Amino acid sequence: MPTTEHTLDEILNLAATHFKVPRDKLTPDDDFFKTLGIDSLQALDLLTRLEHHFRIELPDYELQGVSDFRTLAERIQSRL
Amino acid sequence: MSEHKGQTLSWQIVNGAIELTLHREPCNEIGSLMLEELETFVRALPGLMNDAHALILHSSQAAGFSAGADLRELYQRSQGMEKAAAAGGVRDFLERIHAVMNTIDAFPLTTIAAVHGVTFGGGFELALVCDIIIADRMARFCFPELRLGLIPGFGGIPRLKRDLGNAVVRDLLLTGRSFNVMKAQQIGLVSQIAAEGEALRVARATASQVGKFDRATAAAAKKFVKPIPYEELKREIDIFCDLYARPAVEEGLRKFVENEGPQPYLP
Repeated sequence: MPTTEHTLDEILNLAATHFKVPRDKLTPDDDFFKTLGIDSLQALDLLTRLEHHFRIELPDYELQGVSDFRTLAERIQSRL
Repeated sequence: MSEHKGQTLSWQIVNGAIELTLHREPCNEIGSLMLEELETFVRALPGLMNDAHALILHSSQAAGFSAGADLRELYQRSQGMEKAAAAGGVRDFLERIHAVMNTIDAFPLTTIAAVHGVTFGGGFELALVCDIIIADRMARFCFPELRLGLIPGFGGIPRLKRDLGNAVVRDLLLTGRSFNVMKAQQIGLVSQIAAEGEALRVARATASQVGKFDRATAAAAKKFVKPIPYEELKREIDIFCDLYARPAVEEGLRKFVENEGPQPYLP
């Protein structure tokens, strides 16, 4: 199983690519709503892409209150 | 009228398929204007049938197929009204949208929902009336109504019960969680998955295939395998209206409408 750091790295890569943000501008503790400039519908789009990428199902209620990449990675890690 | 362009939706016949395109900004929220135009559409259906063998429902909005009922309109219309008048207005709206949904559900031609992105609440219920759901890889489904203290009101529960196992229905309904297209296919909701942006093309190919068969046979097969749960649909309206009368619902709607944060669509 990949480490949380590896999962985090993949999330940052995917977010940077899809939302066209320079990868080096994203850090694990960033608020992804602010850094990516996204709303909740776009957050659901990101969630869907992450579910496809990691081949997992991550119910959106597990993202309640989650706004940083590191915690997001931990939630995903718990489903791998 | 083989072609019509309305404010929230349009239709035309393309290669023998009636294509209903939803195009209300931002994500085809179903309010009174879209309801009126849906009613106009179903009244036109008998005249369109002669030139078509299938019906495709899809959205031209980037955000998705439909985010469901127009909650802002629902909330704003109830403000300044007597409770009884507001409740009466909701019941009238539900009975009218049910009539639209039931007509499409029972339509003799094969019906296909080509969905992408947000397919939530009433939008999900609109997809559920179709015989076949073809979903873009990025489609996402949800019945979020319990978050507002309500149940789905456009026929969602009876139609989910018709199509899926009850345990799955309970999970989706009672958690109010959204789920992706892989899950939707796994539980038997979605029959075909299209690449991103390709749902309409796949739906057109499917409609073309459907058109190869005898219409009367296809209609008979559909009627045999797809009963319409009219009694449960009526009961759903009653339960919705009972729940709507509670103060908690107005508070839930107010919170949603006034939420300017980035997460109103997250639970």
